[in-house]
Amino acid sequence: MFKWLDPYAKSETLYHFCGKLLPYLMVSALALLLLGNIWGLAFTPADYQQGDSYRIIHIHVPSAIMSMGAYAAMASAAFVALVWQIKVAHWAVLAIAPIGAIYTAIALITGMAWGKPMWGAWWVWDARLTSELILLFLYLGVIALNGAFSDRQVGAKVSSLLALIGVINLPIIHFSVEWWNTLHQGATITKFAKPSIDPSMLWPLLISILAFAVLLMALTCLRLRTAILVNEQHRPWVRKLVGG
Amino acid sequence: MHFQSFSEFLAMGGYGFFVWLSFGATYLLLSGLIAASVYQHKQFKQQLKATIAREQRVKQYQEQQV
Repeated sequence: MFKWLDPYAKSETLYHFCGKLLPYLMVSALALLLLGNIWGLAFTPADYQQGDSYRIIHIHVPSAIMSMGAYAAMASAAFVALVWQIKVAHWAVLAIAPIGAIYTAIALITGMAWGKPMWGAWWVWDARLTSELILLFLYLGVIALNGAFSDRQVGAKVSSLLALIGVINLPIIHFSVEWWNTLHQGATITKFAKPSIDPSMLWPLLISILAFAVLLMALTCLRLRTAILVNEQHRPWVRKLVGG
Repeated sequence: MHFQSFSEFLAMGGYGFFVWLSFGATYLLLSGLIAASVYQHKQFKQQLKATIAREQRVKQYQEQQV
């Protein structure tokens, strides 16, 4: 059923495939980000309670959702790397980790800048904020653990294992606003209910979420290409590609 | 357009500092990540190219010696 995927486990095929996708992904990510953010900043009405401060939602929610999406992608790659022993899958784990860490940092920083005027505090040790901070530590842990062993194979295995174990944090982040009493507001967009946001504000938000998703793919392609070159530098096809 | 003037847009209804702090930090981090990723890719390619060229020069020299 998944036979058609097999060639992409070959690093040379994957390198060229990513190279083909990269320009389209990067250009559309930046275009979507500009469109969504300018729309959200200047062309939507102010919130009836939060005034213009709510406009932070147009980066806070996309970066927060995709910080978890990136983790899910990284953990899936870790699963493939551990179960089927596919090397490129592990390089993908390491390609995604810094992107996820930056997304998480953005979600935390924008959340703080939103919390200060609305709650009166930059930071509170609330379930949502704390679990998102743990997500940042998980990303940093995966990066650090990979480099912590003199035997690179062991580092690869252990960091993939941490990435898998950390998946438990995703439902905790998602449901934290329902399970615990929290300052953080509930979900704005849910799959099962009508969104609690006006359509005029929803569209730019959805575009920005898509922008962060496409940017994640673009950066993963780019970083994975670098990882493939570094790890395969002694292989003839890389020699021919770079040297010739 | 929601705002009447550009200065009103910058003021963000009194929340200007927080809104622009958020967007500023976001674009700074994102552009940093993109630039670093592009730089690392180019840097490694250049480095590898130099290594390969050096190896070829060594090989050529050794062949001349024989």
